[in-house]
Amino acid sequence: MSDLWSLFLSAAFVDNMPLALFLGLCTFLALSRRTESALGLGIAMTGVLGVTVPLNQLIHDGLLAPGAWAWAGLPDLDLSYLALIAFIGVIAATVQLLEMVLDRFFPAIHAAFGVFLPLLTVQCAILAGSLFMVERDYTLAQSAVFGLGSGAGFAVAVVMLSAIRARLAYADLPDGLRGLGIAFVLAGLMSLGFAAFGQMAAGQ
Amino acid sequence: MATDYRAILTDPLIRQNPVTLQILGICSALAVTTSLATALTMSVSLTVVLTLAAGIISAIRRHIPDSIRLIVQIVIVASLVIVIDEILQAYLAEISRALSVYVGLITTNCLVLGRTEAYARHNAPPAAMVDAFGNGLGYSLVLIVIGGLRELFGKGELFGIQVLPLAEAGGWFTPLSLMLLAPSAFFLLGGLVWAVRSLWPAQAEAPEHTPPLRNEPAE
Repeated sequence: MSDLWSLFLSAAFVDNMPLALFLGLCTFLALSRRTESALGLGIAMTGVLGVTVPLNQLIHDGLLAPGAWAWAGLPDLDLSYLALIAFIGVIAATVQLLEMVLDRFFPAIHAAFGVFLPLLTVQCAILAGSLFMVERDYTLAQSAVFGLGSGAGFAVAVVMLSAIRARLAYADLPDGLRGLGIAFVLAGLMSLGFAAFGQMAAGQ
Repeated sequence: MATDYRAILTDPLIRQNPVTLQILGICSALAVTTSLATALTMSVSLTVVLTLAAGIISAIRRHIPDSIRLIVQIVIVASLVIVIDEILQAYLAEISRALSVYVGLITTNCLVLGRTEAYARHNAPPAAMVDAFGNGLGYSLVLIVIGGLRELFGKGELFGIQVLPLAEAGGWFTPLSLMLLAPSAFFLLGGLVWAVRSLWPAQAEAPEHTPPLRNEPAE
């Protein structure tokens, strides 16, 4: 149990997706202008990562990993090169399904998410969650925790960045630095802060 | 109507640079730039995938139903990425390990989908491929600049060859290990954006709270 908890913490803070691994930066920067949209994005990310990573773990172990077809008399079959296409398909389908379910049963939540859900299909962080799961050989429980943790870390980071950017709207910045430039510098400073979590983990 | 290939090719280099102006493809631009060799490999892979994908999608653009075009585009891109990934693993095993999952992530690189969505879908294959190649070069330019700076100041090396003599080995240069960590990539890219926008003031964003008038990339 404590293993899973520490995996959650390390996925959320030490290996923070946007700030330590540079994943999902496009939406991270584009949607952090306003706190409400940042919060919506963060929640959507957590939900989609929490569902797709364990789902892809099942698919990878059951269908694609070397030796997965041993029961059918094909012990040498290695389909792991198909992982990329399979994962993208699963992610696209999950996002679509999630959108339909939310639209049907929870219209208020669906309206709050707005445009973010379909965008998530091609979010690098979501695909990366599944690829890391393969690279690090997570079990089903571990991958579920990892997915939720990374999503939560993303949500924390994007909400914090949007809060800082909202304050900066009134700052008198040099012309060239306005917008994207200062967002990068802010992300760099936050990344320095998050690096401290890595030190805490190493010091334990 | 004559198509001005030269303008299509050179525009994305600096004036319409995909990374510094369009906010496309940043994720991988920062992650793989700890050394020049990985940055260069990534640039070449992305340019190849982007050019081929633009060509293929543009060639079949009249046959893709609008409602499923995103899926079709992603599958085409993913297939190309798998090919590149297998080639890298076979011939450049060491660099392929250093790039880790980021080669696979070319699939969801917003730059690829952004260009196919915004340009290849409406233009003939030759123009689409030139545009994709130009954007690939613009992306490569940013990667190589950042990768070169980080490797030079982080380790005193370029392509793994010692350029600045290290203090430990009797020279004068003390490596800045911060350059190899995540924050410096953000600072460098922020600085680069600042420099580019100061030289071309037209690119600076409007001072208002409102977002500038351009289509936000559908990542």
